[in-house]
Amino acid sequence: MKHHLVLRVVTKVLIPPILLFALYVQFHGDFGPGGGFQAGVIFAAAFILYALVFGLETARRVVPQGTLRALVAGGLLLYATVGVVSMLLGDNFLNYSVLRPDATAGQHLGILVIELGVGITVAAVMIAIFFSFAGRPPTIKDEDW
Amino acid sequence: MIFQFAQLPVLEVVLPLIAAPLCVLLRRGNWAWLLAMAVCWASFIIAIILLTSVDEGQIISYALGGWAPPLGIEYRIDAVNGLVLLIISGIGALVLPYARTSVAEEIPEQHRSLFYTCFLLCFSGLLGVTITGDAFNLFVFLEISSLSTYIMVAMGAARDRRALSASYTYLIMGTVGATFFVIGVGLIYAVTGSLNMVDIAQRLETVGDLRTVRVAYGFLVVGIGLKLAMFPMHLWLPNAYTYAPSVVTAFLASTATKVAVYALLRFMFTVFGLSFSLTIETLTFLFLPLALIAMFAGSTVAIFQVNMKRMLAYSSVAQIGYMLLGVSFANVTGLTATLIHLFNHALMKGALFMALGCVMLRLGDVSIKSMRGLGKRMPWTMAAFVAGGLSLIGVPLTVGFISKWYLIEAALERGWWPVAILVVASSLLAVIYVWRVVEVAYFREPEGGPRRCEAPLSMLVPLWTLVAANLYFGIDAEFTASVAQLAASELLAGVMP
Repeated sequence: MKHHLVLRVVTKVLIPPILLFALYVQFHGDFGPGGGFQAGVIFAAAFILYALVFGLETARRVVPQGTLRALVAGGLLLYATVGVVSMLLGDNFLNYSVLRPDATAGQHLGILVIELGVGITVAAVMIAIFFSFAGRPPTIKDEDW
Repeated sequence: MIFQFAQLPVLEVVLPLIAAPLCVLLRRGNWAWLLAMAVCWASFIIAIILLTSVDEGQIISYALGGWAPPLGIEYRIDAVNGLVLLIISGIGALVLPYARTSVAEEIPEQHRSLFYTCFLLCFSGLLGVTITGDAFNLFVFLEISSLSTYIMVAMGAARDRRALSASYTYLIMGTVGATFFVIGVGLIYAVTGSLNMVDIAQRLETVGDLRTVRVAYGFLVVGIGLKLAMFPMHLWLPNAYTYAPSVVTAFLASTATKVAVYALLRFMFTVFGLSFSLTIETLTFLFLPLALIAMFAGSTVAIFQVNMKRMLAYSSVAQIGYMLLGVSFANVTGLTATLIHLFNHALMKGALFMALGCVMLRLGDVSIKSMRGLGKRMPWTMAAFVAGGLSLIGVPLTVGFISKWYLIEAALERGWWPVAILVVASSLLAVIYVWRVVEVAYFREPEGGPRRCEAPLSMLVPLWTLVAANLYFGIDAEFTASVAQLAASELLAGVMP
């Protein structure tokens, strides 16, 4: 897409606001609409847009396969860790109230960390799905159409 | 603190769930295997503790996240799911030591740690379906286990590309089943405003006989029926079992359909109950004929199979027929027979598929042709296969006999003696397909000379442990019978708050 100057410039302008918006949806999720899943998808959309315009290989250099794999697992582990920590603090799995001395503050912290875990895993999975589909050798070459 | 008894119900499910992403990070197949094995054994021990603490009719209730039921998700353990938890985790704990050699042979190294991830996800999904007392949570766990199962079946593609289409068929059928299930749950929620099973059951009594409830019931029965391969909806099963890696087949055949049968029992008896207008009608006019057809059709088709894994898969369809037959009697003895057969069938099919896994490891093929003279070449494996086969037929001193005994007793209790005769007749069909293998394995000359090629000890020990269990629980049925009887009466008693 080297010759699409407009597309390249617009993409470069758009990607930072998309990432920022994803973070807003992520961390404002406990006050307004949003949350980890939506934020993860928006976050991944920025990477997918980058890959569409600047090529799959360039995008793969930004997020290598190994990192992606670690992020997929890491988000889920972050989620589970919160549950285990609340168990270690002597209450039921995923009971956020015990995370801080003040129950409400604990619930805030708990849901924030858990949604972060969801966001990381969802974003990484979305990117991984896109990479693996886009990375398949085409069954029909572009010239054969 | 973490080992507090009160936390055991959630640890049962959460341990494998946490170990699954860790397996992704470990990357090396052997490390992942070690972790998976540790976790499965831990789950098995927890399941034993849980079952021993509910074997006098007690109920363990665990509020997830501290949210009290019926608003929060509740894990609720009684004798019924205590028994099923024991089956799943026990088979998981036995399959894993066996898995290492078999997986190393059948799955390429770069997929191995991911394979164990899927295995653990499936394992925890099945345990979750069983342990939860929340209808929607059950759906979530059902999907966790199903999605990972599709992947594991597809991993058979390294050996046979047909695994891909088998997995795809399973994916479509399984998703239809799951969708039907969730539509049913949605309709119930629309009527009762609750997702907690006990709460739903209590509210349904006051709601009365609405059309919405009837439709919900229909969707649930068909949805779960697809998952458990009830007779006309079993078409995904033979291919999925045939082309999946041996370990996966051994694990799934002894757990996945059992969990679906459990979910069916839970919804029919605990949630809707015998007082619901459609329950008795479904049992008599739907389950009874379908179960009988499955018993005969499954076994008859099994006789003509060339691939031995496929033969056992069709035999599974027939065995599911026996389980549904027990349900259709709608009395304590019938349900006891179903629950006993749930346990016993896991033992025998586990052993049989494990034996075939050994054959697969050495010969790379499980067609009837390759079994020629195998009795001399792999004496221990084939002896285990014969023991499992005898159990499948229902020869005395094996668990199969106990299952059939209770089934026939239940049929006679209802006065349906023709059904009792049909149970015996269908067992004769099992004699035919097991005998085919025995004849070829013991009375034909081996193709490549009488060279011995016995499977390694790491596979033979789990295999023979299962065979020993087949014999032990066939001789001393005290444990299975007492737990199953208690569970059956709990199911029929309706809701105990």
